[in-house]
Amino acid sequence: MLILSCPYCGIDAEETELAPGGEAHLKRFGPGSDDDAFEAYMFARKNPKGVHFERWRHAYGCGKWFLAARCTATLEVFGTYPAQSTEPPVEIVEKIKAKRPEWKGFS
Amino acid sequence: MSTRLKSGGRLIDRSAPLDFTFNGKRLRGCAGDTLASALLANDQMLLGRSFKYHRPRGLVASGAEEPNALVNLGQGARLEPNQRTTTTELFDGLEARSQNHWPSLDFDVGVVNNYAARLLPGGFYYKTFIHPRAAWKHFFEPIIRHSAGLGSAPKDRDADRYEQAYAFCDLLIVGGGVAGLQAALVAGRAGARVWLVEQTAHWGGRAPVDGDVVGGMPAADWVEAAVLELSAMDNVTLRLRCMAAGSYDHGYVLLDEKLADHTPGDGRPRHRLWRMRVGKILAATGAIERPLSFAGNDIPGVMLAGAVRDYAVNWAVSPGDRTVVVTNNDDAYRTAIVLKEAGLEVAAVIDARNIANGPLPERARALGIRVETGRAIARVKGGKRVEAVEICQQAGEGAASTTLSCDAVAMSGGWSPVVHLWSHCGGKLIWDESEAMFRPDATRPPLHADGTAMVLCAGAANGALRQAVADADAQVKIALQALGFEAESEEVPAHDVADESALEPVWIMPQGAGIALRSKMWLDFQNDVKVSDVQLAAREGYESVEHTKRYTTLGMATDQGKLSNINGLAVLADSLNAQIPQVGTTTFRPPYTPVPLGALAGEARGEIFQPLRKTPMHDWHQQNGAYFEPVGHWRRPYCFQRPGETPEQAVHREVKNTREALGLLDASTLGKIIVKGPDAGRFLDMLYTGVMSTLPIGKCRYGLMCNEQGFLSDDGVVARIDADTWLCHTTSGGADRIHAWMEDWLQCEWWDWQVFTANVTEQYAQVAVVGPNARKLLESLGGMDVSKEALPFMHWADGTLGGFACRVYRISFSGELSYEIAVPASQGAAFWALLHKAGAAFGAMPYGTEALHVMRAEKGFIMIGDETDGTIIPQDLGLDWAISKKKPDYLGKRGQERSFLANPDRWKLVGFETLDGSVIEDGAYIPEHGVNANNQRRVQGRVTSTYHSPTLGRGIAMGLLRQGPARMGEVVEFTRMDGGVTPARVVDPVFFDKDGEKQNV
Amino acid sequence: MSDPVSALQGASYDGFAQLREIGPLGMITLRAKAGTPGLEAAVQAATGCAMPQMRRIVRQGPCAAGWMSPDELLLILPYADVAGALARIGEALQGQHHLAVDVSDARAVFRIEGAKADQVLRKLSPVDFDRLEPNELRRSRAAQVAAAFWAEEGGFTLVCFRSVAGYVMGLLSVSARPGAEL
Ligand SMILES: [Zn+2]
Repeated sequence: MLILSCPYCGIDAEETELAPGGEAHLKRFGPGSDDDAFEAYMFARKNPKGVHFERWRHAYGCGKWFLAARCTATLEVFGTYPAQSTEPPVEIVEKIKAKRPEWKGFS
Repeated sequence: MSTRLKSGGRLIDRSAPLDFTFNGKRLRGCAGDTLASALLANDQMLLGRSFKYHRPRGLVASGAEEPNALVNLGQGARLEPNQRTTTTELFDGLEARSQNHWPSLDFDVGVVNNYAARLLPGGFYYKTFIHPRAAWKHFFEPIIRHSAGLGSAPKDRDADRYEQAYAFCDLLIVGGGVAGLQAALVAGRAGARVWLVEQTAHWGGRAPVDGDVVGGMPAADWVEAAVLELSAMDNVTLRLRCMAAGSYDHGYVLLDEKLADHTPGDGRPRHRLWRMRVGKILAATGAIERPLSFAGNDIPGVMLAGAVRDYAVNWAVSPGDRTVVVTNNDDAYRTAIVLKEAGLEVAAVIDARNIANGPLPERARALGIRVETGRAIARVKGGKRVEAVEICQQAGEGAASTTLSCDAVAMSGGWSPVVHLWSHCGGKLIWDESEAMFRPDATRPPLHADGTAMVLCAGAANGALRQAVADADAQVKIALQALGFEAESEEVPAHDVADESALEPVWIMPQGAGIALRSKMWLDFQNDVKVSDVQLAAREGYESVEHTKRYTTLGMATDQGKLSNINGLAVLADSLNAQIPQVGTTTFRPPYTPVPLGALAGEARGEIFQPLRKTPMHDWHQQNGAYFEPVGHWRRPYCFQRPGETPEQAVHREVKNTREALGLLDASTLGKIIVKGPDAGRFLDMLYTGVMSTLPIGKCRYGLMCNEQGFLSDDGVVARIDADTWLCHTTSGGADRIHAWMEDWLQCEWWDWQVFTANVTEQYAQVAVVGPNARKLLESLGGMDVSKEALPFMHWADGTLGGFACRVYRISFSGELSYEIAVPASQGAAFWALLHKAGAAFGAMPYGTEALHVMRAEKGFIMIGDETDGTIIPQDLGLDWAISKKKPDYLGKRGQERSFLANPDRWKLVGFETLDGSVIEDGAYIPEHGVNANNQRRVQGRVTSTYHSPTLGRGIAMGLLRQGPARMGEVVEFTRMDGGVTPARVVDPVFFDKDGEKQNV
Repeated sequence: MSDPVSALQGASYDGFAQLREIGPLGMITLRAKAGTPGLEAAVQAATGCAMPQMRRIVRQGPCAAGWMSPDELLLILPYADVAGALARIGEALQGQHHLAVDVSDARAVFRIEGAKADQVLRKLSPVDFDRLEPNELRRSRAAQVAAAFWAEEGGFTLVCFRSVAGYVMGLLSVSARPGAEL
């Protein structure tokens, strides 16, 4: 059972205090988008074995959504950061690169 | 025979006798006994029957690894099956019954399985599952169901209570032997927050039994001093009878603390499940002795050498008068020495090694014990009890040269570290050639959240079988450093044990045993798996250890590889001509020993099994005949039954009364979310399919919410409160979900929009006052103008009614003149009572959710969850009018533009009127001719809501039908459970007051 | 208007700790971004309290101001003072984007008292009570429902939703039963 640190209230919350929200950094495609773009937004998920970025909500807590970078294979957590981020913060990217040299970077 | 020795017994108090029964027989033990030691003391060696062959079984071990001696403990509401006698502390009045036998332990019919052993080889279950099918159903299954299985399932409600608790520490040390104690001392002195847990009722582990000397004093004395010092540390928590069941991701550990197993009915919870988060786990869990595989090694009286020693030293019990020790290592000589020194006879030590001249064998010889090297047990003779052993050459094929009469055999195949906590979360093992065991590979530990090691092993659990204290000291210092603590530099207490020369791996005894012997060599006593079964599996192509485990059932169930693992692997490896490390080991899974389901449930039983949400009027409902139904976690009255009424009759009465006079509904569960801010209107326009930004202040508008796929998710009435404030009503089950949905979009997508939300659902009690007399009732209360002119349909107003501050919404879900009135929740019960009191003159009656459903169905109003199922777009339900064509975007708009949703063949909402007035069955389908690609009958529609309409006196229904609205007047057929059909005409879904005149008066 | 009644009308239980449902208490949810001009004045005007830091609760006589999230405060005050306080908040935050709403009746409040009061909560919430700081307002769950609590005057004050007050009282009572001390 995971522990993730909420960047908004500083609590090291356990999984039962959190609600999962799937893959982070999805770009919304609305009216006017073509079928491929909408399908990708709606259904295509990365599901990697390794470095992954996810949405979590501190549901039994401050109620805020935040994002987490972790390894899906070892469950190592590289960091958490606010939901108001369009891409992972530089310091987290650097940390991942140091720990996972084979990682190809955020895309 | 087994008996209590005249003196000794470090754990028992002979002055405190305890009475207990086994299979109804009255027996006596004493304080400090386990059930196992007390049974042995009473010469009760036969304790059960094996799982498959029903062979007689006795004690093998003295602790958690015991595979055989499981009993039914207690009776009635305190019956607990499969309790290990070795870990059950004796208490006065204990009642135990043996299990897995019929009709009695001594005479068991199932033992015929033993003679039919050839019918039950490895893989038996799989083979009979496959073919012939009839044989399984009519022959194998009835026999196996009757003869196999362990204890009996309790039938009564558990009389005991259980609880859970959360705990946090820097370092959890599991195992209260000398290794765990030394680690706790170091960590405690360093100031870390430490928990030290021990599964038994005693500190010290094996060291006091084996006569170790620690820190220059007898181990028992050192243990006492260590516990004393630890007890005085505020930062150290000590728990006995506390078993670490499993380690999980990110330092989560479950611990099962037995509080009142040994004092049943004393008012305390029976078990407490600790849900712990730790920085590091230090597993000082010791080692478990391996059996030796020789023919007849399962006959009662054959025990592990360490266990024999435990019984003698700890409880002053001798398993036999004349014991043969059989071993491949020096450690077992300790048992021979202990027995000899207790005045018992040791017939011989049979040592498979050619040379045994270490200090321990020499001491045994000096005591006059006969030592036979290079020898093996060819077979054990006896049925329900060991009678003799036949001795042969280990290097040979089992030709017996001597027979030694004896009534106990103490066997030792070496020791294996207990690595369960290391392995549960992915820690890897390496093969240790010298000790013939798997031990933790420190370079591949299970990982914590930060990527560092989560578990360290210490002492025997780490493979340090003889230098436990020093190893624990080293390991705890590694853990402390990683946790950021500095250990004081103190001298490590010397841990003096006798030198031992190397063991020699012995996986089959004798080495060249033929099939006759191998098919009597048990690997897994509990699951009845023999050497020959594993060899058969290998021959049949099972090369993976995980497959072999499942095929043969080796190491399954409660054993979890404790006794059987290494021997089974070794036999498999040998059969495959592979090395043991290449074959690998099976996965250890939690729990280490079984945890009662009651402890896993914790407090969640009875009244507080799950949260029940109650409205402020709940007590009134309960006192007035409410027949409740669950709506989410809410309990809402389905109807209010009067004496002599069925629920159905009550619903009909409630509908008629509401339509003809006045009905009162507790609508408090309706979700209420305030949305406020300069961008609130824009936000709601994105959230709803319609336009909310243009809603005038003081007015209400019905709205639909969809998910991004375009499917309907929730609906409700929105009220504009002021220039930048809206109040959104959601469905009763939907308030939390929709509030979270709003916050998701505000926090994660449109975070620059200035909008705040607040879920105020529970701040208000809400009452729907419904029916032709609704206005009359409110006017009689007085306080505000509720006339058609002052408060028209789909408007709201603040005011007071009968002295209650309230907000009144003119909205209707029934088609009647209707007011929904919100008052503060703390006033809800009083306001509800007032409405009933004042309403009596106008024919007021409460109504429940079913009458609400019937009335909305009569009006053709949809219900989220009935007409919708997550695949329905508003357009399917004819709700195009609630979708803005002008808005460039709203959640779900793009999803609804997908081509398959525009298919004219989609099922669409229509009404159905049965031809004979009957009610269409819930869930009925409208089939059509032909079959689909899966050879299933084609369907063209289904019912979504179906009721008897008391207003119309007939069955009415809503449902989805292919091209439905284009098929008005057509007669279709609905399925029935009895195989028949119900013909119904396709009609407009609005059955009642099509023009909406009644609600608009 | 009749007298406001709390969800359980003051139910109590004496085990190894003493439990009481208290209230009704006046409570206001105040949502505004940190640094909103007038926010401190609004909190001061409603409760007399200074702005609480992250996860802290500031107390002043019968009033308190608790930090719930980066843009949400819980203001606690006498039940009868809520309307006045809302008006003062409105004045102080005039023209500023905020949301202030009366939630007094949406909540149930419990006191858990006695030397072992913490043990009752240790059974229900995945919270490290050894590390709970003075005046820390912790939001978590009590078994299966949301709860917020803080240590105060020889015990703890716990706030949950009104509809589950009976469930929470049941949880607390079972946890506080004599003989079940940790
Ligand atoms: Zn948080």
